[in-house]
This record gives sequence, structure tokens and C-alpha cells, in this order.
Amino acid sequence: MGLNISNASVIYPASGGRKPVAALQNIELSIDDGEFVVALGASGCGKSTLLNLIAGFLSPTDGAILLDGQRVEGPGADRSVVFQKHALLPWLNVIDNVAFGLKMQNVAPQKRYEVAEKFVALLGLDGFQKSPVYMLSGGMQQRVGIARALTCDPKVLLMDEPLGALDALTREKAQELILGIWHRTQKSVFFITHDVEEALFMGTRLIVMSPRPGRIAHRFDLPFSRRFLGGTPARAVKASPEFIALREEVLRIIFADEEAAA
Amino acid sequence: MTDAPDKSDIAKKPRASSFLAAMSKAAPTKPGEIYGVPGQGSTMWLSIGSILFFIFVWWLFTFMGWVKPLFVPSPGAILTKFVSIWQNGFTNTPFLEHVAVSTARVFGAFALACIVGIPLGLAMGMSPLIRGIFDPPIEFYRPIPPLAYLPLMIIWFGIGETSKVLLIFLSVFAPVALGARSGVKSAAIEQIHAAYSFGATRWQVLRHVILPSALPEILTAMRIGIGFGWTTLVAAEMVAATEGLGYMVLSASQFLQTSTVMMGIIVIAIIAYAFDLLMRFVERRVVPWKGRM
Repeated sequence: MGLNISNASVIYPASGGRKPVAALQNIELSIDDGEFVVALGASGCGKSTLLNLIAGFLSPTDGAILLDGQRVEGPGADRSVVFQKHALLPWLNVIDNVAFGLKMQNVAPQKRYEVAEKFVALLGLDGFQKSPVYMLSGGMQQRVGIARALTCDPKVLLMDEPLGALDALTREKAQELILGIWHRTQKSVFFITHDVEEALFMGTRLIVMSPRPGRIAHRFDLPFSRRFLGGTPARAVKASPEFIALREEVLRIIFADEEAAA
Repeated sequence: MTDAPDKSDIAKKPRASSFLAAMSKAAPTKPGEIYGVPGQGSTMWLSIGSILFFIFVWWLFTFMGWVKPLFVPSPGAILTKFVSIWQNGFTNTPFLEHVAVSTARVFGAFALACIVGIPLGLAMGMSPLIRGIFDPPIEFYRPIPPLAYLPLMIIWFGIGETSKVLLIFLSVFAPVALGARSGVKSAAIEQIHAAYSFGATRWQVLRHVILPSALPEILTAMRIGIGFGWTTLVAAEMVAATEGLGYMVLSASQFLQTSTVMMGIIVIAIIAYAFDLLMRFVERRVVPWKGRM
């Protein structure tokens, strides 16, 4: 079970004298329950298109996306999305933002605040329930966004460069926080990033994507997040020779792909 | 053009240019301000000073007899006029009734324009069908001065209250509808996508994401709209009115009662400004998040 993408392509039709663009070509990808799949690649390689495809914002020109055997036809709460920024609702305070997804599903107020409180606590936002979100720091806003997506209890959590707008220190802390929550909730995650270290540290599986046409060029299985969850400090994981060797290899691959495409 | 410059000119030039250079550089800021932000700083005291100076010059001109009272009456004469009209009314109608009638016309038309214009503007923003239908007529009449179509209003709707309120309505309607229409575009695509990914329906996205994000722009459009309303008031009260501030100004002008004209103008300005302050207050209370995310 889980998510299955088979032979999916997205081709933007020719327009204004330009040739048709293959944003994604023949994508084969499955995300099993509890997996943490990271998509890495330079901008324009189709990572966001792939996420939009899974989220149901976009339908494939060819191929199919199946979630637990059901064809994906449009967005739904079983695939909630965390964005890089601009996705919170500034007229709502923290707790109402977190409870927003459940409100959209017509869950009764008492139940929805009960669930929201649970995730507010899990993301370390206790005491900020009544704060306006526009007063929070970028890191805290992102935690509100993650809490909000988790309240929907999705089968797959989709994260579109969720840490891209954070400073380096906040970013590392947020990585650890997300891994902790992933471990506790056992969610499947599809996570986009353009930071190689982040990709290697977070995922159980890595797909490296290449542009023109957008495709999955390389796949790796990753052991690092399990080591972190097993008790090794994050910096020790990231400084291990195995991690550094793989980081350099992936970087080499990406630069080589860039040159080949250019 | 090839004349050698005067010697004293040469001597002055470096000083002048260094002064200009100093002026054109931003001065380092005080703590709490941001270097280089255009137009920073409070203007309240300058504004008060500017008003007082203006009144002083006005008073000086009239006191010294440099202009005839027929053209510019003194500030004191206008105050006296105000007290006398307040006590005795104008053309047998109490002053406050003139104020009430005009205010009712403007705010009645304003309320109507909001009730019709905001939903229509939102619908135009949401639906290409409705935008296609209503965009041409609104864009056609919007730039026409109300005075130009006033005669039509009178031919079609008579000289009663209908044509007056309708004229003001039309001048408020376009900015409010267009403001609401462009407000629909304020929601970030991430906000909309997030709501859909939580299982929201199209209606819920409209109600819970698009409407609240449009609110700041709608409130701004209302502020601009009511301004147009006051602008159109005098035109609306030009024909067959027996009450109202616009009527008061116009009929006083026919009898060269300049002090009444100026008094009426000041009263209209004060009411319009007071309402604008109220709207700004409402804005701060209702959309404190405006421009902050």
C-alpha cells in the first residue's frame, strides 16, 4: 500500500512559439507507509511539479498516482501540504491556524481544539495559542504550519522546502524536530529540499532529480536519520565520514547533470 | 554659450556642489528608524504649524484689507456666519437639518454602493463570466464626471431624491466594486493550496481564505469610495434641492454670500475627514495584520 506513482509525465503544451516542455517524464516512485522520501535537485528539475502532482493540484498528462490503491483525483486531507511560507492565515491566531484544517473538514469546535492543542504541544508552541501568527518568528511560523498539516492526520505529509526560509541554526533545530515528530507519528513524508546535507540527514530514501526533461536521475537509501533517532547527536551524524562521502558524491552528480543539461 | 564663466562663479561652485552632495545623501538614522526608508518621520507638528500659518496669512490679508470681503471673508466672519446659521438656519431650514439631509444622501448612497458593489466586485474577481459581463459597463462609465450624466439622471429619474442618491451611488459604486474585485487576488496561492490540501471545498476557500484576505483592500476601496461620494454631493444637490450642504453652498454663491460658501465647504471637509478617521480606526481594529504577512 502507500503511495504509488507509475509512469507519470507532465507536459506543458507548446505556446507562443515555444516547444512543449516536459516538466516531468516517466516518473516511477512509491512511498511506503512510514517512509521519509526526500526529493533533491536544482531549481527547474520538477520537484515542485512532482509535489503538486501528489497533492492533486495538477493532473498528469500520462500515467497514474495511486494512494492506497485509490486514484488521486484532486487535493484532499489525506495529503496535507506544508509550504515554505505565506501559507498561514494572518487573521487567525496560532490555535485557530492549527485547527483550520479540521474546521475545513467540519469537525465540531470542541473536538478540533482538542486535537489542535495536542499538536501545539507536540511542536513546542505551548503558551502561544492566542498569539497572532504574524508576530511569530519564521521558525515558529513554520512549526504552526507543520502542526496544522498534522492535525489532518494525512496518510502522506507533503513538505515543499519547509525549511528553505529559515536561518542555518533554526533550520538544524527544525530538522531534528521534524524527524522526532516523524518518528512518533509514523507518517509517510515526501520532502523537497535543495540542501544536500538536509536531504541526506532527513530521508530514509533520496531521489535526485534532473531538469529538461524533469526526471528521477538517481536513487539512494539513507541510514542517517535512523542513526540520529537511535541517539547519535545530529552534528555527529552529519560529520561522519560516510555522510561526508555521500554528500560529496551527490554534489558531484548534481553538478555533472547541470553541465550535461547546459 | 561658450562665454567663459565669471570668476566668482567658479569660486562658488565647489561649495554649492558639496552642499548639494551632502543634501542628497541620507543622514544616518536614529535608533528605531531604518536607514534609507523614504519619507520617514512624524509630520504632526509640521501639519499643525502649516494649518496655523495658513489661517494666519488668511487673517492677515483680510485684516489689512488687501482683498475685499466679497472675495475672501475673514476667518472671524466665517465663524460669525456659522454661529448665525446654526442659530437661525439657512433658507428657513435649521443648519443641522442641512447637515442631516446631505449626510443621509451620501451615506445612504454609500451603503447601497457597498451592498451591491462589494458582492459584485468579489463575483467579478472569482468568475470570468461575471467579469466579462460587468467589466465593460463599469469601465465605460467610471471615468465620466458625474456632472456629465447628471442631466440624464434627471430626465430618467426626475428631480426627486432618486436621481440625487443614484448620482452619488454611481460615483461610489465603481471604486468599491473594483477594489473588491482586485482584493480577490490578495490571497497567496500557498494559502489557497494549503486550504484545499486540508480538504476544503471551493466555497470554504472563498469564505475562509479569499474573503478575509480581500478585506484590507475592500476597506481601502470603501475609504476612497466615500471620498468620491462627498465630491459628488454638490453636483447632486445642484438641481431642485431645497435642503443640504451642497444646496446651501450653491444658493449662497448665487447671492454672493462668500462667507456661507466657505463655511459650507469647511463643514463638508470636516464631516468627510471625521469619517475617514473613523474608517482608519476600523481598519486598524479589523485588519491589524494588513501588510504584515
